[in-house]
Amino acid sequence: MPKDGGIGASTTRREDVRFLTGKGNYTADINTFGQAAAIFVRATVANGVIKSIDTSAAAEMPGVLAIFTGEDFVDVGGNPAGWLINSRDGEPMKEPKRPVLAHGKVRHVGDAYAAVIAETEQQARDAAEEVIADIEELPAIIDMAAALAGDAYVHDEIATNQCFDWGWIEDNRAATDEAIKNAPHVTTLELVNNRLVPNAMEPRASIGTYDAAGDSYLLQTTSQNPHLTRLLISAFVMGIPENKLTVIAPDVGGGFGSKIYHYGEEALVLAAAKKVGRPVKWVADRTESFLTDAHGRDHVTKIELACEKDGTFIAFRTETLANVGAYLSNFSTATPTFLHGTLMAGNYTVPNVYVNLKAVFTNTAPVDAYRGAGRPEATYSIERVIDMAARELGIDPVEIRRKNFIKPEQYPFGTAAGLEYDSGNYDALMDKMEAMVDRKAFEERRKQSEANGKMRGLGINAYVEACGIAPSNLVGVLGSRVGLYDAATVRVNATGNLSVMVGAHSHGQGHETVFPQIVGEMLGIDPQSVDIVHGDTSKIPFGMGTYGSRSLAVCGSAVVRATEKIIAKAKKIAAHMLEAAADDLDFTDGQFTVKGTDKSVGFGDVALKAYIPHEFPIEDIEPGLEETAFYDPANFTYPSGAYACEVEVDPDTGKVTIERFTACDDFGNVMNPMIVSGQVQGGVVQGIGQALLENTTYNADGQLLSASYMDYVMPRADDLPFIAVDHSDGTPCTHNPLGAKGCGEGGAIGSPPTVVNAVIDALQSGGKNVTHIDMPLTPARVWAAMNNA
Amino acid sequence: MASVTMTVNGKSVSGDVEGRTLMSDFLRNDLRLTGTHIGCDTSQCGACVIHVNGEAVKSCTMFAVEADGAEVATIEGQANTDGSLNVIQQAFQDHHGLQCGFCTPGMVMSAAALLKDNPKPTEGEVREYLEGNICRCTGYHNIVKAIMAASGQDVSAVAAE
Repeated sequence: MPKDGGIGASTTRREDVRFLTGKGNYTADINTFGQAAAIFVRATVANGVIKSIDTSAAAEMPGVLAIFTGEDFVDVGGNPAGWLINSRDGEPMKEPKRPVLAHGKVRHVGDAYAAVIAETEQQARDAAEEVIADIEELPAIIDMAAALAGDAYVHDEIATNQCFDWGWIEDNRAATDEAIKNAPHVTTLELVNNRLVPNAMEPRASIGTYDAAGDSYLLQTTSQNPHLTRLLISAFVMGIPENKLTVIAPDVGGGFGSKIYHYGEEALVLAAAKKVGRPVKWVADRTESFLTDAHGRDHVTKIELACEKDGTFIAFRTETLANVGAYLSNFSTATPTFLHGTLMAGNYTVPNVYVNLKAVFTNTAPVDAYRGAGRPEATYSIERVIDMAARELGIDPVEIRRKNFIKPEQYPFGTAAGLEYDSGNYDALMDKMEAMVDRKAFEERRKQSEANGKMRGLGINAYVEACGIAPSNLVGVLGSRVGLYDAATVRVNATGNLSVMVGAHSHGQGHETVFPQIVGEMLGIDPQSVDIVHGDTSKIPFGMGTYGSRSLAVCGSAVVRATEKIIAKAKKIAAHMLEAAADDLDFTDGQFTVKGTDKSVGFGDVALKAYIPHEFPIEDIEPGLEETAFYDPANFTYPSGAYACEVEVDPDTGKVTIERFTACDDFGNVMNPMIVSGQVQGGVVQGIGQALLENTTYNADGQLLSASYMDYVMPRADDLPFIAVDHSDGTPCTHNPLGAKGCGEGGAIGSPPTVVNAVIDALQSGGKNVTHIDMPLTPARVWAAMNNA
Repeated sequence: MASVTMTVNGKSVSGDVEGRTLMSDFLRNDLRLTGTHIGCDTSQCGACVIHVNGEAVKSCTMFAVEADGAEVATIEGQANTDGSLNVIQQAFQDHHGLQCGFCTPGMVMSAAALLKDNPKPTEGEVREYLEGNICRCTGYHNIVKAIMAASGQDVSAVAAE
């Protein structure tokens, strides 16, 4: 192995240099000769019938090259949902068409119904002001319960606002009902999992280019998964043959889920590029991002926990309304179901679980996967109701969880919610968290806070999640319309350096640093001699991209498999060079050595031989040294954690201050601890944002009141303390070659209930009889809860 | 259109701009200095921070004509003359103070302005100063740590990793 910089090293990131010197290459930074600009004309009402659109005045404006409306796209396909969910009665979900541009009706504020292409962005913007649409406003359908009860529909053609009514696991329903009916203690909690806007700092952007000579297209776009985007455009929306469409996602400024999906703007710039014969560029402003990026969460849930008087769990039962917004985004039907309901057993041996979830159309932006995607909602429901039950039963919150934890010797463990967890040690995580927090010292800190006139609370939490999505065979059975493997090509160049083409896309995760650590370790070479190529469908093998904490667990495993193939072939070549049998060779530190001798040849010489195959057994071995592997995992990976949060609450104002936050995670084997810590800290802060600050507010008319950074409260540096993290003793994943579990989302999954539990603990310690407050716990909400209690 | 002339990263530049042309657009579109980023439209995110006559400024909030005659510094001019990372940039790399990199130019420019006025800021002072710079990736942990390290302070005791 390399002396340093291999697996497990906190190697600093090579990609940082270009970002720190202003040399990143984000989509908006790209300017092409002759490019024109696109500006979208968007609905200012949430629900309305498009009576007419008059583009004649706009067309006469300076610099205007073309104007599109929904009429121009009636013959192309809709943007599809990637996952079929069947209702409890067996009926398939409702799938109304999602057009490139709204046609007939607009269905949420921001829904684009026209696009102006002009010489410059300013000219397009000026002309867009002159597009005159006669839109008859209809009452907005915003509240989910009202949407289900009413007789006005977001999509008239389906004559319902219910997308599906899903039961998980339907066969367990009767037993769960019976268990709850007979239980000695039942804790019931009604809660809201607040709607969030992902807010990657780089707004979406797309550039379409058409080459008439080859009848081919190029799309440069802000995507987490260029091949998936190409597949959706080719197979469903535009019908452009895949081999005539290249999708490039260059440097991408964060995604958090919002850039998984194909959006209509991408199709529009391609169509426009062909029509005007020039590259067409569109860059969203932040308001457009708020209005049109897929949002996250937005569940309304009733959860019941049935348990024995000693705290032994008997059953979890939930009823949830999940908002899918005005159209089905690509993963919007999987997120509240198979990424949520399957986690409703949590870290526990609870024997009965039943989840009922109704997905509801409303006149709001589409809702889809956002960092954690379904698992934060599951963890929040479970861990809040457990905390409430512990308080009702007079049991310590750590003890009630320990009492019900799956124990290390029970793996693999099949949960009552249908997953098989492969490994974990929740007690060990809890031990570590308790040691880091030092609960005795907490009591001292609480006294100190009280002496300062503040209430102090300690919230704790355990989480487990399913990520590294996913086994294609399993998700296929569950309704997925795509496979979820990933792919890597390892190309050893003649002079011994390597190019590794990967299907995963790096937009902050550090792939350009970590994948070379793995390859370098396996080949015994300097990781600096390995370069990663990603984000360009014309260069990389077909991969499914980056989301669901899958880059390392799935694509990293493909890198391992491809590198293993390289070693196997190189060994054959080395055996020929050394006049020995391949089985007689050892491969260590980059050297092939005949066992028991000093005869050896280095990896670099073998590479050169592969490309200059003189005296080469051409009948047995092909020249060259390049291998591709597709890796399809056998199971999800199951990261877990024990988190603690300490807050102070100001009794006069209700303001909550995060004093300390501790995250102990099990990510299996860790490739680069520095990067993993960064992932946890970032995720934790997104969860703190959800718990205390962030709320997406539509009024009854469907106007988004929180559509700018003036109104939507992003976590800022002065809202936060340092975040203490530990992930040093993971239990390896048992089914991928790295033993790694996904680390991208745990922080955002584990933190929201930890914060809320801490605030409730603080209020209780201060004598306030408050058992629950819905997120975000703003000063106004906390103050109101305290003063009504 | 108005003619403007200014010094950007030590070089004299000029151009013709509309009255409504923002400084950020002049840098990105006319000078092709795309390291200055646009992350919002309300002067909140701070990805566009540059220095104008030594002061940190959100370049999306000034017109290019206002910079006529000014001394301007952007992220592209921050590295040492031999091309190596300067102290702040190096601290960001050493302490993993960036992930996607989009907010990073503004963070580095803000950090430079802070340290010029306050060479040894406390953690609280760093956090308060960064109120106008939003990062969605890092949770600010390693940004704060990097800025304190860049000021010569020992950050080895900061929580974990």
